[in-house]
Amino acid sequence: MNEPFQRPNSYHQPDAKGRFGEFGGLYVPETLMPLVLELNEAWQSARKDEAFWAEYHSLLKFFVGRPSPLYFAERLTEHFGGAKIYFKREELNHTGAHKINNCIGQVLMAKRMGRTRIIAETGAGQHGVASATVCARFDLPCIVYMGALDVERQKPNVFRMKLLGTEVVPVTNGNGTLKDAMNEALRDWVTNVHDTYYMIGTAAGMHPYPEMVREFQTVIGKETRQQILELEGRLPDAVIACVGGGSNAIGMFHPFIDDETVKIVGVEAAGHGLDVYNGHAASLNGGRPGVLHGNRTYLLQDEDGQILEGHSISAGLDYPGIGPEHAYLFDLGRARYVTATDEEALEAFALTSKLEGIIPALESSHAIARVGDLAKEVGKGGIVVLNLSGRGDKDIFTVAKAMGETMGGL
Amino acid sequence: MGVSRIDARFAALKAQGKAAFVAYVMGGDPDLETSFEVLKGLPAAGADIIELGFPFSDPMAEGPTIQRAAERSLKAGTKIKDIFELVRRFREIDQDTPIILMGYMNPVEQRGYETWASQMAEAGADGVIVVDCPPEEADGLTDALDGQDLALIRLATPTSDDKRLETLVRRTRGFIYYVSVAGVTGVKEADADAIAGPVQRVREKGGLPVAVGFGIRTPERAGAVAKVADAAVVGSALVEEIKNSLPEKAMIPAKVLEKAEKLAHAVHSAR
Repeated sequence: MNEPFQRPNSYHQPDAKGRFGEFGGLYVPETLMPLVLELNEAWQSARKDEAFWAEYHSLLKFFVGRPSPLYFAERLTEHFGGAKIYFKREELNHTGAHKINNCIGQVLMAKRMGRTRIIAETGAGQHGVASATVCARFDLPCIVYMGALDVERQKPNVFRMKLLGTEVVPVTNGNGTLKDAMNEALRDWVTNVHDTYYMIGTAAGMHPYPEMVREFQTVIGKETRQQILELEGRLPDAVIACVGGGSNAIGMFHPFIDDETVKIVGVEAAGHGLDVYNGHAASLNGGRPGVLHGNRTYLLQDEDGQILEGHSISAGLDYPGIGPEHAYLFDLGRARYVTATDEEALEAFALTSKLEGIIPALESSHAIARVGDLAKEVGKGGIVVLNLSGRGDKDIFTVAKAMGETMGGL
Repeated sequence: MGVSRIDARFAALKAQGKAAFVAYVMGGDPDLETSFEVLKGLPAAGADIIELGFPFSDPMAEGPTIQRAAERSLKAGTKIKDIFELVRRFREIDQDTPIILMGYMNPVEQRGYETWASQMAEAGADGVIVVDCPPEEADGLTDALDGQDLALIRLATPTSDDKRLETLVRRTRGFIYYVSVAGVTGVKEADADAIAGPVQRVREKGGLPVAVGFGIRTPERAGAVAKVADAAVVGSALVEEIKNSLPEKAMIPAKVLEKAEKLAHAVHSAR
């Protein structure tokens, strides 16, 4: 059942120039080049430094609450009637999503580099909350850029950030979503080069971010490997995760890339449908390669190279690009990328709440919307692991609105 | 013409002991015809070189003024082919004023480097600044531009140390653009005294004229910069004239050109 693929050279990606095949790279204004090169040097030294990783793992254990459980989703398994479905419970992490894994790593990088001010962009607000959290913990001022539309649809997270002492700056440019927040964060960085660390929230952007964020997120896949071996005595037949920028997915996928028997499936947001122009956020399935935010990758764009806004009900997937490593795995055929619409994600959200007693994030609900197909494809006796990347508390207003409920005037 | 048109312009000004006044406007802002009227009038208003922006949806190094200009242009329906057409029409009436296109990588990527370079040459543009294309990513584009004798103008910045400058100036032609402030366009003001040293350093490393931009808003500032640099670039201050006259579109060319004249005069009489 495995699709043929060219083995990704046991995975020494990216190369020294930050390339994953033809994707990735370093497309930034010259003012930022010395900073980005300095960050890369600091990162290459940190990744070889045992003390750095010891501190990272200690924080993950005692502050974040890792390892996150690998949970057998019995009723969902029964419901779909195929392979056993396991949830990797990233939603149980401190702050409610996988984002904190990366923020712990990056705040240690900022400290190591002597930076005194942190900026970040956020879509759903999960990365913003995680950034605000580590900045509170490490006593660093934090400014989070957030699209004005997202500020509106993620109110609980905006308040959480403020509570944690972070300044949230609403961005009204463009459509007021994640891409516009990222532009604004880059403008801040270019202006405050001497003291500022840019904490990018996903495995995208300029080198070394795609590699660095991946390394901070692979704790997900590494734990999963160990846990499934303990529980089932073998590797899963498939892993599945939702993909916006793609950090939770690459964190799950990367440790399995060399295991040819493990299918790797990413789920993009199809919004109103792939056939609706500018109505989805599926960069791989509905875009083509280009350059944005420091890297070459698949992008939603018009024929002239202007970036489209895209759409997804999930703020965290509402981004017109995708991490360069996913672009590479897609072209290579090692990972398969499918899609789920807003409607399908909402159904999966409701289903999981009722069957499992777990309210999943709308982002993760996209993966759940496709896990039934995958469980059937793998078949009875098989094992599928789904990365439950975040909890859905932040989404209840959006979902209530979509369901036509008023939530008592909230 | 390409690089030789740029070289000729700098040589002529040097012979007169003058710095160049470089005027930036966004192509198609607020619409193509108004934009052409502005372009057409710039040489007579004293612009020695024209930087013509090609709009991009996500201009990450621009301040609010030029962001809005790009939005206006795109909203008016400007396509990249229309920018080339503006250049072609300009060349029918002016063969001596260099035109440097300025924008971001993705529209260039989507056409492909070879096509981009040949379309630039056919239209009569002489060089291009691609803000998010550092030397590390520029080889393919530089090859294509060299093939048409066109210049890829590089940006040097306050964050460029000597080692970085050496990387920067390699394969640069025409002139080097010194970004005088760390920041986005049109927000911080350049300090003329503080730039003298860096400009000299960039000139020595590159062996090319140095144009200074990103923080020049007034004739006084432009004059001060022209004392130490080979060219002063003004963008946001001109684009603001467009924005201010939007309610009376017919007034836009006159307003912009009036402002350009004052800036040009300050630059040309600085030394």
